[in-house]
Amino acid sequence: MAVRDVAVSFARPEGGPVTALDGVDLDVAPGEVVALIGPNGSGKSTLLRVVAGLLRPDRGSVALDGRAVTRPDPGIGLVFQEPRLLPWRSVASNVGYPLEIAGWPPGRRQQRVTELLDLVGLEGAAALRPRELSGGMRQRAAIARALALEPSVLLLDEPFSALDALTRERFNVELLELWSRTGTTILVVTHSIPEAIFLADRVVVLSPRPGRVIAEIDVTIARPRSLDTLDEAAVSATARRIRSHLGEGTEQ
Amino acid sequence: MKLQSVLPVGLAVLVFFGVWKLVTIVSGFPPYILPPPETVANRFVEAWVDGVITPHAAATLREVVVGFAVGAAFGVAVGYLLARSRLAERVLSPYLVAAQATPILALAPLLALWFPDGLTGTIVICVLIVFFPVAVATMVGIRSVDAGLLELGRSLRATPRQMFFTLEIPAALPSILGGMRVGVTLAVVGAIVGEWAYNDRGLGVLVNLARGSLFDTPLMFATLVTIALMGVALYALVVLAERRLVGAR
Repeated sequence: MAVRDVAVSFARPEGGPVTALDGVDLDVAPGEVVALIGPNGSGKSTLLRVVAGLLRPDRGSVALDGRAVTRPDPGIGLVFQEPRLLPWRSVASNVGYPLEIAGWPPGRRQQRVTELLDLVGLEGAAALRPRELSGGMRQRAAIARALALEPSVLLLDEPFSALDALTRERFNVELLELWSRTGTTILVVTHSIPEAIFLADRVVVLSPRPGRVIAEIDVTIARPRSLDTLDEAAVSATARRIRSHLGEGTEQ
Repeated sequence: MKLQSVLPVGLAVLVFFGVWKLVTIVSGFPPYILPPPETVANRFVEAWVDGVITPHAAATLREVVVGFAVGAAFGVAVGYLLARSRLAERVLSPYLVAAQATPILALAPLLALWFPDGLTGTIVICVLIVFFPVAVATMVGIRSVDAGLLELGRSLRATPRQMFFTLEIPAALPSILGGMRVGVTLAVVGAIVGEWAYNDRGLGVLVNLARGSLFDTPLMFATLVTIALMGVALYALVVLAERRLVGAR
């Protein structure tokens, strides 16, 4: 996936336009896990929406496997900050929703939904409504939904930010397991330096508004990673490097 | 249903009829002004058994059901248009509000002139009266659909048709059904108004007949009870549909 010179600005009701992103370049190799990190207002989510084809940039382009992405693409799965499940549908029906929209026949759809629910550990919750699930289970359903059409790229926008710290740690482990099983390229937006280091092969630091890539830091910690075998020294060295860049251009 | 939920309803009914009975005794009104409840109850049963009410009730029910269905369908369609198009809202809403502000009672003679057939004309009145609350409720409901869900739909490349049927309508359904609750009771009002204007058949006509040429006040009351029961039953049907469609969220 290649992002070239992407710039986005938004009109404001009063005052001039705000430049959210200004000349962002980013390459993500197939199967790579990249974390996007930056202070509030650095346009992380905006960049993700451009990559997802939901937002047309004022300048620049996004390409996936050599094809330009100008509108939502079946090769890209998207997990939002909130689960965004349809409250009137069961979990299974929510997970199968992309298949329904894509026009899959019901039989094939059901088979794929069963696989997906197994994949995220929601076998027993198929018939439940979203309101009957915990926050973590809801986000699992959202991830299963994003994987429904077997995308080659999975975009996650602070997917676990609404979960408590313990659940969040467990979900990061699960996400890596999912990644090793599906081989999907992952681009994840996060606020958390430890989370970025734990998940990613590379951490991309965005500057405060207007967002630009100010650093790309490789995470050299061996995989498979688990919470208790993590190389503490390497983690803190990487964290220090990320933090030094995050300080740039901010008053705090 | 539990006793605790039935008890207050039953008590309220008893109190209502008790007070009614009491008023007839204390006031000493003759039965042609205010018949006591048991007289009305007798006449109600009698009129149904004799088949006096049946054809009129059937006519009214038909007008209400057809008028409601057509009015609600128009209401949803126009409400959707108003919610999704600023231009449509600006151009159409003054007329809609003006039409709503004009009492349907005042429009009925005009409609009788335009639609000579009683059934058609009365249905048109029902359609007009049902349309507004459903249109407004749909507009509000569609406008308040979670933007996040719409973005989800776009990210999945849903067609406008798929967006409408799988996201917008289900999400706006609680609001739309709220408008239909109001609409269905108004449809009964519309049917009675229409029947008065045409004086052809229906429960509205029977009320006039009972009061005028038949001079049968208990029958008039029995007819009013029928109208009220029809309204309550239709309202309950919409609530039931609401429970089935929305209840499990």
